[in-house]
Amino acid sequence: MSATAPMIELKSVTHAYTTKAGPLPVLDALTLSIPENTFCAVVGPSGCGKSTLTRLVSGLMKPNKGEVWLHDQKVTSPRPTVGMAFQNPVLLEWRTIMDNILLPMEIVKNPMTKAQARDRAMHLLELVGLQGFENKRPSELSGGMRQRASLCRSIIHKPDVLILDEPFGALDAFTREDLWCTMHDLREEEPFTCLLITHDLRESVFLADQVIVLSGRPAHAQYVMDVDIPGKRALDDLYTPKAAEMLATLREQIQIAQGRHPAENEGAAPPPPDPAPGQRGVKATTPGAMQ
Amino acid sequence: MNDSTRKIVAPVVFIVGILGIWEFLVWYNDLPDFRMASPSDLIPRYIRFADLFVEKSWETLWRTVVGLGLAVIVGTLIGMIMGFSRFAREGLYPILVGFNAIPKATVVPIVALMFVGQHDFNTILIAFMISFFPIAVSVSIGLSTLEPEYRDILRSLGASNFTIFWKIALPKTLPEFFGALKVAVTLAFIGTNLMEIVSPHGRGLGDLFDSGRINGDYPLMFAVLFAMAALGIVLFYFVVFLERIFAGWAERAPG
Repeated sequence: MSATAPMIELKSVTHAYTTKAGPLPVLDALTLSIPENTFCAVVGPSGCGKSTLTRLVSGLMKPNKGEVWLHDQKVTSPRPTVGMAFQNPVLLEWRTIMDNILLPMEIVKNPMTKAQARDRAMHLLELVGLQGFENKRPSELSGGMRQRASLCRSIIHKPDVLILDEPFGALDAFTREDLWCTMHDLREEEPFTCLLITHDLRESVFLADQVIVLSGRPAHAQYVMDVDIPGKRALDDLYTPKAAEMLATLREQIQIAQGRHPAENEGAAPPPPDPAPGQRGVKATTPGAMQ
Repeated sequence: MNDSTRKIVAPVVFIVGILGIWEFLVWYNDLPDFRMASPSDLIPRYIRFADLFVEKSWETLWRTVVGLGLAVIVGTLIGMIMGFSRFAREGLYPILVGFNAIPKATVVPIVALMFVGQHDFNTILIAFMISFFPIAVSVSIGLSTLEPEYRDILRSLGASNFTIFWKIALPKTLPEFFGALKVAVTLAFIGTNLMEIVSPHGRGLGDLFDSGRINGDYPLMFAVLFAMAALGIVLFYFVVFLERIFAGWAERAPG
């Protein structure tokens, strides 16, 4: 990775929600650093604060303690250099697909003219395989197509940082794999720094340059893995021994995060390979916050 | 039969059928006018009082529309306040329910006393009072149930609350709003006629109805009822027409 300043940086971020039963801590001194143009996937057990992380990075929420930095600037409020997509594509039913994609251009000050923005939208639609659908309404599209449109909308204004909160979570397996490849196409076209929240370990390995495993609530970065698959990735790359090894490592880390590591349970399945650093293709790093 | 022909033919078949059955029953039972007028008795009334029907219908119509317009403005404002502020919602809701529960027939004499002689104003006021409630409730529900993600896609770009309201909350609430408006338009019409009949002041279809009653002209009373129904249908379908224009996207293609 390049030695430039990180695009996304979390400095010892601690956050808790106030509930009727008292404060509910979700993030505990979480420290992360994502270099520019890196695709970073965050995995972790359910309810470990992954979505909280997206809201903090996008500036929709402020952390109780610690700081979030984007591009050497401290995040205190939402900023137009961020693009977001959620599990729910949230397309506006009363707008055409084209007008949905152009929505951020109505909010963000941008040097692009209307015609340029339209051209860009058409180009993105073509990239995600939605050419010819620009004048359709969202209700005329399938779930996967809506999610494609939602992706176009999230990058139409050329954001520095793209935040994806389980955007493929509600799709069927084939559509999901299709969209994974679309993500690679988009990245090849124009690089961006991406923070992807996901439940799917295969997705994290296939898409990301770096996978971060969060511990159970309150979450800190438990494990960081660099995914080293050179060249443009194809789905077959998921079925190599190297990928299987990475997946096994991640699965084990998730089990640790869930507090049920197989090695601690007698009679459980044989332990997966030891995630010692220096293994082929798997570079395990231990962040300072790890315990 | 294609769709558009059916939309015209079906109501005509039913209206003619029902009028035929009615005519037959009155004739068969040999009912006198003062017990039950038959459709054939109505036509001479429409011809004889044509000028009055036009004049009175217009009076009823414009006062209903103004009352409804007021209900749309005030109802939307109250709905917005309740939709955006939980405090206001919880505080205003019981008051609105209580106000809505008061039979407006009892409010008519009070209003007539409060603003003596201001007949048009009083009528509009009753039409407004009876019809703003569904609008306020539907707008508030539409706004308060807006999914947070819809807000977030704009908020994450730094959009203001007004922008979020204008670009997302308002259009997204339109289908609910028009649903309520269809209820409100009929209610406003009832309100206008209530004022015209309970506090007679010589205006509107209610006045024509009242003169039929006083003069013992029973077919005229029935004729007025039909004129009211026709006016109600016109108003209702005007709202449907507006809905098609502004919230047509919410209608799924048939099939």
